[in-house]
Amino acid sequence: MTKEIVIKTDKLTKRFGDFIATNEITFNVYAGEIFGFLGANGAGKTTAMKMLCGLSTPSSGAATIAGFDVYKQTESIKKSIGYMSQKFSLYEDLSIIENIQFFGGIYGLTNKQLKEKSDTLIEQLGLEKEARKLVGSLPLGWKQKLAFSVAVLHEPKIVFLDEPTGGVDPVTRRQFWDLIYAAADRGITIFVTTHYMDEAEYCNRISMMVDGVIKALNTPTNLKKQFNAASMDEVFFELARGAKRKAD
Amino acid sequence: MNDVTLTNIKKTYNKGEVVAVSDVSFQVEQGELFGLIGPDGAGKTSIFRMLTTLLLPDGGSASVNGFDVVKDYKEIRKKVGYMPGKFSLYQDLTVEENLNFFATIFNTTVEANYDLIKEIYVQIEPFKKRRAGKLSGGMKQKLALCCALIHRPTVLFLDEPTTGVDTVSRKEFWQMLKRLKEQGITILVSTPYMDEATLCERIALIQDGKILSIDTPENITKQYPSKLYAIKASRMSALLHDLRGNENISSCYAFGEYHHITFKHEDDSTETELTNYLNSKQQNGVEFKLITPTIEDCFIKLMNN
Repeated sequence: MTKEIVIKTDKLTKRFGDFIATNEITFNVYAGEIFGFLGANGAGKTTAMKMLCGLSTPSSGAATIAGFDVYKQTESIKKSIGYMSQKFSLYEDLSIIENIQFFGGIYGLTNKQLKEKSDTLIEQLGLEKEARKLVGSLPLGWKQKLAFSVAVLHEPKIVFLDEPTGGVDPVTRRQFWDLIYAAADRGITIFVTTHYMDEAEYCNRISMMVDGVIKALNTPTNLKKQFNAASMDEVFFELARGAKRKAD
Repeated sequence: MNDVTLTNIKKTYNKGEVVAVSDVSFQVEQGELFGLIGPDGAGKTSIFRMLTTLLLPDGGSASVNGFDVVKDYKEIRKKVGYMPGKFSLYQDLTVEENLNFFATIFNTTVEANYDLIKEIYVQIEPFKKRRAGKLSGGMKQKLALCCALIHRPTVLFLDEPTTGVDTVSRKEFWQMLKRLKEQGITILVSTPYMDEATLCERIALIQDGKILSIDTPENITKQYPSKLYAIKASRMSALLHDLRGNENISSCYAFGEYHHITFKHEDDSTETELTNYLNSKQQNGVEFKLITPTIEDCFIKLMNN
């Protein structure tokens, strides 16, 4: 049985004037996969992610996300994906339950679904006591876990996580990965960027971007073999130290 | 001699409702590279802002270069360099203009202290006519460091200088810090990255406004209370679950390629028993070894106490 492809790009490129931010990237991501999208600052990761999320029109090349075209079907793409950034983006002055209902509503969940989903979610996160508290009053670790749960509330095909664990304490960081694994087990594809190299090990496959190009793409084990490295940190260092671009 | 001294320092917000820093005491010696290691919300920035006289403590006392942070704030401001976590230079001034501006307000010139910043400045010099707001993250960081150094401070406060920076640039940044230290500058630096702790001479691990431990990184890892093992198998996610289900496992956390575990009781048969247990769970390719704890292992242990 062939695995279902949920992200397919073919020479996907984005130019800003003379500057080629993302240069002919070609790769596939499969359903239920945890795909690590790594690269140095300025390598072109954010630009690539924006195109994949339907927020930025490519200059050339092709890509489909959950079967939808990145040029013509951006609205359908947005409905099929979840997104979470390092910068906390739930409403701090709404309660936990209000945030869940707000975002669930935007993604078109019915009232019945909303009720069920929010009850399960609050129970899973152990937030029964805090459900009516303002999100702004929660500790950072809880906020990030809640933000992830909200991003997958509508059971999207793919969830994009942009440095979801930056600055989070080591225990919460691991609990966060438990949530990622659980979502992947449900068949949600995880597309994640991180600066923590231990987290790169938790991905099924990793792509490494340098100066707008994908320099390497493989499982963590194979990448370490390929670069004769003891850790992912060494692989990253080996690939990124030759980078010419140092932009953000 | 101590360059920085904190004695039972305390800071609360929202009329005492939120305790950001509670009873924190530590000293930083002259010429030392001291790291404050902890996650977001641990209280690192509040400590920096009290030491740089930008925030008043609610209790306790602190001094920098022997000057009190409350009474002698003007003296401290003349002497210290501070690089906040958030980029705080003038975005609409050029690289050169920012540097000259900060030199001038400290009554000095770029030329007088050029030797101190030279090595860092040459890397951004090709862009000296560019506005600071148009620089890349790495270059902003270098410019901010130059501006914090331009009056030859006695103590340098760096609040999360490497957050959001990739590992290659992080390594470069720590090399710069090492060379600044060799010039005799006392450095207090904070970071949420536990792996950077080993690059400091001494560290304080901090969580929820409280110090968990202060010592050299080597001593902190030596104090880890039990034997620590690394284990891997072909199915890592299932392995984590299986290990947590074993009653002799005291702690189990994912650490990259391996999971790190400690046992409740250990004797000669512990390893065999674990192997048998994992066999019964259809785990194969099991690799098991005794390891030296990392700072992150210690942090997790201290957090759970």
